[in-house]
Amino acid sequence: MKRSLRPLAATAVIFFIAYALSVLQFPNMLSTRVLGNFLTDNAFLGITAVGMTFVIISGGIDLSVGAVIGFTGVLIAVLVSWLGFHPLAAFAIALGVAGLFGAAMGVTIHYLQVPSFIVTLAGMFLARGGASIITQDSVPIRHEFYDTLGDLMIRLPGGGRMSFIGMLMIVVFLGGALLAHRTKFGSYVYALGGNPVSASLMGVPVAQTTVQIYMLSSMLAALAGIVFSLYTSAGYPLAAVGVELDAISAVVIGGTLLTGGYGFVLGTFVGVMLLGLVQTYIIFDGTLSSWWTKIVIGVLLFMFIVLQRVIFAASAPAEKSPEKA
Amino acid sequence: MRRVPFERLANPQLLALTGVLLLNWLLFPNFFNVTWQDGRFFGSIIDVLNRGAPVAILAVGMTGVIATKGVDLSVGAIMAVCGAVAATMVVAGYPAPIAVGAALLAGLACGLWNGFLVAVLDIQPIVATLVLMVAGRGIAQLITEGSIVTFNDPVLIFIGTGSFLGFPMAAVIAVALMVSVTLLVRRSAIGLFVQAIGVNRAAAALAGIRSRMLLMLVYGLSGLCAAIAGIVVAADIRGADANNSGLWLELDAILAVVIGGTSLLGGRFSIPMAVVGALIIQAMNTGILVSGFPPEFNLVVKAGMIILILLIQSPYAALPFRRRLVTTSKATAK
Amino acid sequence: MTESQYVLEARGIIKIFGGHIALDAIDFGLRAGEVHALLGENGAGKSTLIKILTGAYQPDGGAVLVDGEPVTLDNPLHAQTHGIGTVYQEVNLLPNRSVAENLYLGHQPTRFGLVDHRQMEADARVLLTRYGLTLDPGSELGSHSVAVQQIVAIARAVALSGKVLILDEPTASLDRNEVERLFEVIGELKRSGLAIIFITHFLDQVFAIADRVTVLRNGQLVETQMLDALSRTDVVRLMLGKDIAFNGSTDLEPESAHREVLLEFSGYGRKGTVSPFDLTIHKGEVIGVAGLLGSGRTELARIMFGADPADQGTLRIEGASEAIRHTTDAIGHRFGFCPEDRKAEGIFGDLSVRENIVIALQGKLGWFRALNRDEQLEIAGKFSESMDIRAASLDMPIKLLSGGNQQKAILSRWLATDPAFLILDEPTRGIDVGAHAEIVRTINRLRDDGMAMLVISSELDEVVAYSSRIVVMRDREMVAELHGKNINPGIIVQAIANHPDEAVS
Repeated sequence: MKRSLRPLAATAVIFFIAYALSVLQFPNMLSTRVLGNFLTDNAFLGITAVGMTFVIISGGIDLSVGAVIGFTGVLIAVLVSWLGFHPLAAFAIALGVAGLFGAAMGVTIHYLQVPSFIVTLAGMFLARGGASIITQDSVPIRHEFYDTLGDLMIRLPGGGRMSFIGMLMIVVFLGGALLAHRTKFGSYVYALGGNPVSASLMGVPVAQTTVQIYMLSSMLAALAGIVFSLYTSAGYPLAAVGVELDAISAVVIGGTLLTGGYGFVLGTFVGVMLLGLVQTYIIFDGTLSSWWTKIVIGVLLFMFIVLQRVIFAASAPAEKSPEKA
Repeated sequence: MRRVPFERLANPQLLALTGVLLLNWLLFPNFFNVTWQDGRFFGSIIDVLNRGAPVAILAVGMTGVIATKGVDLSVGAIMAVCGAVAATMVVAGYPAPIAVGAALLAGLACGLWNGFLVAVLDIQPIVATLVLMVAGRGIAQLITEGSIVTFNDPVLIFIGTGSFLGFPMAAVIAVALMVSVTLLVRRSAIGLFVQAIGVNRAAAALAGIRSRMLLMLVYGLSGLCAAIAGIVVAADIRGADANNSGLWLELDAILAVVIGGTSLLGGRFSIPMAVVGALIIQAMNTGILVSGFPPEFNLVVKAGMIILILLIQSPYAALPFRRRLVTTSKATAK
Repeated sequence: MTESQYVLEARGIIKIFGGHIALDAIDFGLRAGEVHALLGENGAGKSTLIKILTGAYQPDGGAVLVDGEPVTLDNPLHAQTHGIGTVYQEVNLLPNRSVAENLYLGHQPTRFGLVDHRQMEADARVLLTRYGLTLDPGSELGSHSVAVQQIVAIARAVALSGKVLILDEPTASLDRNEVERLFEVIGELKRSGLAIIFITHFLDQVFAIADRVTVLRNGQLVETQMLDALSRTDVVRLMLGKDIAFNGSTDLEPESAHREVLLEFSGYGRKGTVSPFDLTIHKGEVIGVAGLLGSGRTELARIMFGADPADQGTLRIEGASEAIRHTTDAIGHRFGFCPEDRKAEGIFGDLSVRENIVIALQGKLGWFRALNRDEQLEIAGKFSESMDIRAASLDMPIKLLSGGNQQKAILSRWLATDPAFLILDEPTRGIDVGAHAEIVRTINRLRDDGMAMLVISSELDEVVAYSSRIVVMRDREMVAELHGKNINPGIIVQAIANHPDEAVS
């Protein structure tokens, strides 16, 4: 097996064992109802994580996604509820704004040659602050189009429902996988994460690709913001605080190397599902408290970071000096 | 050829602090008014010192980490853990000194864990400290069992709200920590070695400097500082809030260090200037508050500050000043 | 010259960095269907010339011609469109991606706008068989040996450029069989009419594959010659600049039997780096190390200093058996080491001259016995005076100093620790004449004071002048130890050039 597949295989195995154990304990967890909710509840996280996967594969990190989700929610709520825009128009505006925002971050990262974490940190402050300046309260969204989308679902046998946003997430994952593995853009993203010097010598348009990566991440975060607003029917500036950490965790647990170069969009799906499983299990159990989620995610994150270190260090080309950075 | 380094022209951090304070004074003429009441000073400027203390304390530890070319994202979560430890222990009836000692040990342990991942397992700092950033709050909630643990222990409360010679205790702790850590690193060779491994780890190894112990030390110190900040914050609100204690403060601390002139690429550092950086951030926060803007405006201002600093430090900003330098360094590059 | 027209030609190329002339009116011509070796020691200007021919640098004078037409090459990608492809020593490909993707990145076959992996891998398979490789094109490039990666890099470069192939030290990290395999590929390409520039430090490889050779030294063109007109010794002489006037042997006392033994290395070595060697070093003697770049001379120094610790053999220091597993062990035994790559491994660029000088001594003293500022200034001042370090202030960042002054500061760093054994790797390379003389004077003075030294240098005249013995490195092996009358540049050149199993290969 390719070594890059090993962490993903580990995740998949962990997921199925954990799921099987959960089902043994709570047979209800196998129902389509639970599975449907699984997808619906994690849709915004999943969509965000797809964008994060691209960023991390390219060797960067995007701390601004949670704030972009919050900002998008507020922007849409204000456009729809206060200014009377049609939701579709509001969605288009939100995606456009996010695209510009991501492009600005990408330009800064590439041309000022600064670490992505500090640039996207500024982006996080900007988006969160911007949302809070527009409004500090939760703005409800009431529009028949929202009801239409909310009613849009496939009824699954066994009483489960596949909601519109759940399906949207699956579409985004499939689109993301196609983009990553079957387009030149995707190969450039991997190239940047593998070795930016080689990449540019091999003719990869580094500047353009960097900008596109952060645009993609911000626009998917905006899409996640749209999904979140459908999910909660409101826009709130402090929505989705900390989602960037969940997204990063899902990406890493899904087998993407945090230092870049290796990873799979569909692996991130498994990662998101594993996080969702932890949450669902804790809800089913009833006696476990919610904070166990964070601890379990932290432990999983640690396990996968060390696992990647072992797998990739063992076969990395020997360095001249072990002390060399 | 005479070229005075930019930092030496004037101290930009102190100039910036003065500027921000003057701006506050313009917006709010009573800004510098200090009154004496109940044996302590009161006033906006004292408030800046008091509220800036947690970030200043974090910045003391963060400076060392960043000087080694690292970063510690977990300090906010460590604050929550240590606040929770101190609070639950005094609530359980332990005397305050023991509770504080346990909290400090918890912080040190968290820091050493980060140091272990970075120095021994050789994991990138941003990745290594992410683990505790994610798990830390869960651990804190585990300790507090999800609730905000409030306490009435007078000794512990004194740490957060008391005063010493009229100055708020938090600020006194921050200054004492800044002075003692600065003395420690400057009077010993630690500061020199930290800079050396930050500037050139390969050369440091050849010069006989073992970087592992040093990395353990700086991450341990960062954890310890986070513990102190966590105790101060918990004592201030008389309770441990695992969800919100120290939330995003790691980012403020990083920003304070960067404002203080320490490069994210490691090397030369200044702990006092990082503390000044923390005060600049707080002075702006306070200014925004007293002049009636919504507090969220802070975030936008901070974003602006980061962008400004990145522009100042970017290779392009330096071009007009350093053209000669750039051409010579190109020549030596093979 | 009346030969057929060149595919790629450089005419009167001048390149100046700062005040330093890196290339001084170099003429270079490359014919179709030849392998042209480009030789020279570090700093001779090879890599600068290559960078100009691939568009990475722009010349300050002269012209680059492709098929007789003057061209301006903006960057390596642009050079590729003129048919010039390059393969570097460190494979500049993506080890994290598949072999096929590395061959076609940016030019992948597409179907309905999507990358057609099946087509790409089929194409790759066909292409690779032409290079004698039968491997799964879908496999990760990093999972293959460096030799295979080199061949993949060559395949990509040839596929995308197709006229000129520049091989910049492609064999540096290959073993013998891999080199042979690579040479088969190069031979095949040559027969197909490609013009190939081959850069290497291994003379036997030059003789095995090249048709012509161009030698550069200190930015000057020394000679372009058909290789069959030259012997191995001729080439070494051209490279090292010995017009072999045999200017005599050393005037130093050759026999050191009466001196005290400081170090005894026996069977000392490190797998894959330097074959086991025996060497005894006495107090007050300088051992010169001669050998071409890549011969293992730097590796020898790193093993002795514990930077890459030895994994075999023993070391006795003043008779006592000791182990050096880390640089701190070596420093504890009063070793010092000035590395060859000053910028990457020597200086702390942002730190002051003062801090750069005291750091090794401070490292020896530990965390808490810190030298205060006055003590640091005193030590730094003392050495900057005795070594004549020209710095406006001892508190200025060392990166602002000239190379020579940086080198003197690093030497001072070790002298401050009062070493018994000092290893100097190319201490005089790339520095100005004044600093050069100062360093040579210092070496002589330290020897007379009883210090043992190991000096690696390609300046044979210099090594001969101050060494009491010379060891010669070749192919990562210590192949000769020269004493007394044998210490003269001519004999050293022969020792470097000689190949014991020439008959075999």
